[in-house]
Amino acid sequence: MHIVVCIKQVPDSAQIRVHPVTNTIMRQGVPAIVNPYDLFALEEALRLKDQFGGKVTMLCMGPPQAEDALKKCISFGADDAVLVTDRAFAGADTLATSYALAAAVRQISREQKVDIVFTGKQTIDGDTAQVGPGIAKRLGLQLLTYVSRIAEVDIENDRITVERRAEGGVQVLRTAMPCLITMLEGTNEMRFAPLENMIHAARYPVRKWSKEAAGIEDITKIGLKGSPTVVSKVFGPTPRAEKALMQSVEDASPRDVTLNVIQKIFTQHPTLERDILAKATV
Amino acid sequence: MSEAEAKKPAARGGRNLELPEHLKAYKGVWVFIEHDRGVVHPVSWELLGEGRKLADTLGVSLAGVVMGGADEALDAIAKEAYTFGAESCYIVRDPVLKGYRNEPFTKGMTDLVNKYQPEIVLLGATTMGRDLAGSVATTLSTGLTADCTELRIDPATRALAATRPTFGGSLLCTIMTLAYRPQMATVRPRVMQMPDADPSRSGVIVEDRLAMIETDIVTKLLDFIADENNNKVNLAYADIIVSGGKGMKSPDNFKLVWELARVLGAEVGATRPVVQSGWVDAERQVGQTGKTVRPKLYIAAGISGAIQHRVGMEGADVIVAINTDANAPIFDFAHHGIVGNAMQVLPVLTETFREHIAMRSRKAA
Repeated sequence: MHIVVCIKQVPDSAQIRVHPVTNTIMRQGVPAIVNPYDLFALEEALRLKDQFGGKVTMLCMGPPQAEDALKKCISFGADDAVLVTDRAFAGADTLATSYALAAAVRQISREQKVDIVFTGKQTIDGDTAQVGPGIAKRLGLQLLTYVSRIAEVDIENDRITVERRAEGGVQVLRTAMPCLITMLEGTNEMRFAPLENMIHAARYPVRKWSKEAAGIEDITKIGLKGSPTVVSKVFGPTPRAEKALMQSVEDASPRDVTLNVIQKIFTQHPTLERDILAKATV
Repeated sequence: MSEAEAKKPAARGGRNLELPEHLKAYKGVWVFIEHDRGVVHPVSWELLGEGRKLADTLGVSLAGVVMGGADEALDAIAKEAYTFGAESCYIVRDPVLKGYRNEPFTKGMTDLVNKYQPEIVLLGATTMGRDLAGSVATTLSTGLTADCTELRIDPATRALAATRPTFGGSLLCTIMTLAYRPQMATVRPRVMQMPDADPSRSGVIVEDRLAMIETDIVTKLLDFIADENNNKVNLAYADIIVSGGKGMKSPDNFKLVWELARVLGAEVGATRPVVQSGWVDAERQVGQTGKTVRPKLYIAAGISGAIQHRVGMEGADVIVAINTDANAPIFDFAHHGIVGNAMQVLPVLTETFREHIAMRSRKAA
């Protein structure tokens, strides 16, 4: 079984700070990590490899330093890693990104037939959840998003049965491989990387593909040029016109402060008091 | 939040930002009406409310798209869509459209778009809407903006200006699709206000066929296992929410949040860091990557108010914030601010609420 896992290197958003005056991202010192959602996809791929044998190939599009993210995945147990890196990819939106990644998956499948492509549910920096479906459509793969469990894999007949998170329940879907799965978070726990794997990963020669090596046929479909969406403005939030009514426990006792807030709220919103009285358990 | 810029973005990297002549025929605003086993997801009505405003600004019509099985009450869904502002509904009725599957729904939607050519297509950012939107936009090679928090028409270009949080929710950005049609966007449940239904409104049904038979479709829907309702958290539609952030310092202190929620008959919410630390379940996360809520009362304890959290709760009628830092961003959009240690203030607030409720209940009785 040959599985391709697509990942993205992202800034650790928990540590991103925005400059309060210029509204620009302060990137200095923010560590780059493997998109946390992608790790659920990788762990699921590794479990399938444990069960059925085969190979897990990592795929990432990004700047040269994204190599580190791929090496991290090698340390967890992935077999091979390809970094698609070229200045021509810069400025890609999700449509252009899916075009480039789909071309690279096609290229990888020329080396060895691919059975499943995995992606995370979404990335923590873009939060779009659009690249997985995009790759699937471009490659004509069956698409299974928000998969919470892989119930059954029938290798002989190239069939797979999964549970997919839907609104209000779980769909049980059976489809044919090759397929693309976007894995839901919290569905498994990433294994521990043993020291020998970490040493192996540090020395692993990640393959770096330019746009030519990745098999890009139409350069008008990659990077900024291939992106239909245009970012017209980036800005910080605007404060509400009226400032909050502020009280401090420095100036009055907590009891007086809370009493005051409650009275103000209920005076301004009498129906709220009625609602609370109807529901409250005292 | 603030005015969309009136000037056109500059073309960079040799990219064409002019709408080609053949795409100028694309007219009208569409909303994908999501339903499952007879129940329409409320996000579809919220989107019709928003779509109505866009259509009015552009001077075009608003239509709903309803796809479903041969034995489903799709006409009734269309009738309800009219009450929320749709002037017409495109209905695709076919046995293969019973229960959502990507392949037939993608074909149904792309065929409709190619045939009737809407300029804007809106979908709910649900597991169904996002799955479908990503597939349809790729198939049509057009722009799609996910999880928008504001939709407007840019006056200079008449293009859809879709605003969404970016960089992990620390800033907002406005995105436009200038040279491609349709312009697509998804919006999460509760981000837009539910419009008032007007039962006197009516509309026209346009029926369309799906040229697909079951044997064409590779993926089979074997079963649907409905979630158990008894313990389900319905945060998005809760009236009162008490939320805690990392300022609560420990899972043990977080019990103070639960205690106030119990007294108020409220749901408990939390910030992303709290969920990531495992103090509460992920389904209680409020914010860009969690739930968007619109309660009547939102009490935020030990929450600084990062954009990622703010976009999920700023639609609340009343926001009460408790934070030690008088300069915390949450006080920029809260209605009532209490500067103080949440661990100290919360128990007092709970007690004061308890007394007030007890007193008022006695009076009522």
